[in-house]
Amino acid sequence: MNAVPQRDAYDVVVIGAGPAGLAATASASAAGLSTLLLDENPGPGGQVWRAIASTPVTARDQLGADYWAGAELVGEVRASKAEIIHRATVWSLDRHLEIGISVGGASAFVKARRVILATGALERPFPIPGWTLPGVMTAGAAQTMLKSSALVPDGRTVIAGQGPLLWLLAAQILRLGGRIDRILDTTERKNYLAALPHAFAFVTSPYFMKGLAMMREVKAKVPVTTGVTELTAAGEGQLAGVSYVAGNRRETIPADLLLLHQGVVPNVNLAMAAGVEHRWDELQLCWSPVINGDGGTSIEGIAIAGDGAGIGGANAAVVRGRIAARAAIEALAPAAAAKLTPMTALKAALAQAERGRAFLDTLFRPARQFRIPADDTIVCRCEEVTAKDIVDAVAIGATGPNQLKAYRRTGMGPCQGRLCGLTVTELMAQARGKTPQEIGYYRLRAPVKPITLAELAAMPKTDDDVKAVVRG
Amino acid sequence: MTRLADAIIVGGGIHGCSTALHLALAGMKPVLIEKDYAGRHASGVNAGGVRQLARDVAEIPLSIRSMGIWERIEELLDDDCSFESHGQVLVAENETELAAYRARVAELNALGFTHEELIDGAELRRLVPAVADTCPGGVVSRRDGAANPAQTTTAFRRKAELLGATVREGVAASNVRREGDLWCVDVGADTYAAPVLVNAAGAWAGRIAASLGEPVPVETVAPMLMITSRVPHFIDPVVILRGRKLSFKQFKNGTVLIGGGHLATPDQDRNETVLDWKSLAVSARTVFELFPVMRDATIMRAWAGIEARTKDELPVLGPSARHAGLYHQFGFSLHGFQLGPGAGAVMAELIVNGGTQTRIGDLGIDRFRSFTS
Amino acid sequence: MFRRSDQDKRPSLQIFVDGVAVEAREGDTVSAALLASGRDVRRATAVSGTPRLPYCMMGVCFDCLVTIDGVGNRQGCLVPVAAGMQIEIQKGKREIGR
Repeated sequence: MNAVPQRDAYDVVVIGAGPAGLAATASASAAGLSTLLLDENPGPGGQVWRAIASTPVTARDQLGADYWAGAELVGEVRASKAEIIHRATVWSLDRHLEIGISVGGASAFVKARRVILATGALERPFPIPGWTLPGVMTAGAAQTMLKSSALVPDGRTVIAGQGPLLWLLAAQILRLGGRIDRILDTTERKNYLAALPHAFAFVTSPYFMKGLAMMREVKAKVPVTTGVTELTAAGEGQLAGVSYVAGNRRETIPADLLLLHQGVVPNVNLAMAAGVEHRWDELQLCWSPVINGDGGTSIEGIAIAGDGAGIGGANAAVVRGRIAARAAIEALAPAAAAKLTPMTALKAALAQAERGRAFLDTLFRPARQFRIPADDTIVCRCEEVTAKDIVDAVAIGATGPNQLKAYRRTGMGPCQGRLCGLTVTELMAQARGKTPQEIGYYRLRAPVKPITLAELAAMPKTDDDVKAVVRG
Repeated sequence: MTRLADAIIVGGGIHGCSTALHLALAGMKPVLIEKDYAGRHASGVNAGGVRQLARDVAEIPLSIRSMGIWERIEELLDDDCSFESHGQVLVAENETELAAYRARVAELNALGFTHEELIDGAELRRLVPAVADTCPGGVVSRRDGAANPAQTTTAFRRKAELLGATVREGVAASNVRREGDLWCVDVGADTYAAPVLVNAAGAWAGRIAASLGEPVPVETVAPMLMITSRVPHFIDPVVILRGRKLSFKQFKNGTVLIGGGHLATPDQDRNETVLDWKSLAVSARTVFELFPVMRDATIMRAWAGIEARTKDELPVLGPSARHAGLYHQFGFSLHGFQLGPGAGAVMAELIVNGGTQTRIGDLGIDRFRSFTS
Repeated sequence: MFRRSDQDKRPSLQIFVDGVAVEAREGDTVSAALLASGRDVRRATAVSGTPRLPYCMMGVCFDCLVTIDGVGNRQGCLVPVAAGMQIEIQKGKREIGR
């Protein structure tokens, strides 16, 4: 593993070492293209296979077969000629395919002939009253600690929300001996009916049996409350309890830890900052890049693979990574492309991997009240802006997320809208009687992750200096 | 459908919005046409400097006029625009610069302008304690300050609308033409007609002027800015440099804005800009040297706003030299924000009274008479 | 809030949190080590000073901001611990120029 890029230009730069990025890197490198894989984490795997090369969880069955499925691909990439840099923050990408990277407190630029963004997903904001309290975290956060440090909840723990990851996490916590006092299931009852037309594809997909077994495993050990329609985290400076409403029942459960999850959405920041066109996806309720069948975007040379291109799950991500890489190989090394798996075979594999997705999207479509908060509930965690603040700004003329910044600084904190953007769009759409597409999203700008002034000041100023530093 | 108005203003930047408001205050019913939304470009995303300091003599009277409006902006707009007046300081980085500034202040005094004041090293450090020890002095304009540009432009727009102006956002003005005594402009399926047309279209104004037979040497530029995370308060005035490009300001919320005129590559037709990080690195280095205290602050975001810069870096403000009822208000060349309130007031006087007491004679479009595009 | 599974056999190492020695494991991120320590590691926000703990643990939320070896506003969830690392919990706006 290298501390800094060995060249100042590559055929292919892949950003993100999750399933899609690893697959893209393996394919591109195997075809003889100079390939650089950049990833923010200490090791490969992304979120799904997080810490796969270092996890202290030695009892393999506790994390499950889907987790360990990543090991082969990690091995393939490590054996390849691709350069891999971990703990690299990509803070800029533009339409000239220039990439600003920060590694170990120093920044440099590299150029690419093709960029494959595999920046994956992040958990959908879950803006309930009290979600900023210490003791409230995402389910993914708990899973990250479980995989990378074998840490499990041991206080009074409530898991709330919906979706496959929630059940997987619960099963993993229980297998590692952690504590869960209650699961509050927020799946809307009407969704079961809506999802019915997609049920056949789902029950014949590999997700079905696995999902059923996992839910059975969890329900045998933890009380589950279904049909939850209201949720509040309460406490003074620290979580003390979780209140909920389900049917006619209203209850407060004492809790030290509340883990929230209502699905994942594409992590769009880098792609949007580069200028890639995105559209509102009404089924998945998020912004997705406009892509062609090969993952190509509105910007020549930039492709997106994996969940960053629209949520499809790990298996689909691997195939999408291979497809995006294959398109790059066809463009840059046509002779090598001829020897590869035909594109038609990859597309067929993708269709197979995406089977059942429509069912999951429909069944686990998050309820309106958990996406669009009201009153004093915080929407923008960084700048501490409430739903009421935003509705008030709309009343005096804020028409979209960018105009809103002038009134309320929403999205202007360090997370750059990652945890408020979707909420702001939907909240403003509701307040103005418009569609989310009409309301739009924040104009995102580099640096997509903060860099220090000293680091920027130390950046090489001429192209010769650039070479001197990146070769350093 | 054709709709009649008293005046058509093309461009919803601070200039167009200010003119709309001042026309409405004079009892007219203007329509303002903005292809995106008010303040989408330079007017909404500039550094927010409210500066009389270090201006070309030709625009000082307009700047002073504008300052008077800034100082009662809340009365005018029912919005404080986050305007704060802690002065602006032009820092001399060495004795050579200080000598040049001394001569400049003497020249202004001779012309009767007293807003710029030469300061020594001790006063500089009193005003800007964090500045590097090597700076020997500078110039201060004590009434200057800064405001929130998007908030200000929006406030002008809102008040103009409240007083009877029509604001059409999201559709571009097209087919600008003269029909009889009226100026006509198509906006989507509608046509607006008025005896008066104000060209305040910023980066897009040069095209309109040229299409009406008055080409101006103007280019589209996109000055870049960057902003830091919140840091504890350490500076009140806005600081600018002239030798190296820098403007520097800390907001009440603790964030620090770094600008100064390094340019991004604008793409006018796509409505976007590509940042030049090598130039931003130069800005960062200047701050690094001038304000050692800032070295481990984090840069949160960088951006650029599209605007027009004329060949002589002075705005075009006043009536057309060719057509009755046509007025130009563009080309503010990276320093138009402070001028917005005053320029709108002056423009309304030109339209309503046929003249103004504010000296703007050097800003007329006829200075480019011999230019052909 | 969290405890370590018995199967975790990674070597331990010492870091310092506001000057106090704390045990961590090799491969922990700073945020994981802080949460596992059982100490009060809540930071105070720069906007209002309200207490926060890490929320996402994957580099997204910036609620894990800490000062590490004198450099402020680092994302603790992305930085692996190292022996002797000095960590300060940030209270309010990050001081500059120390």
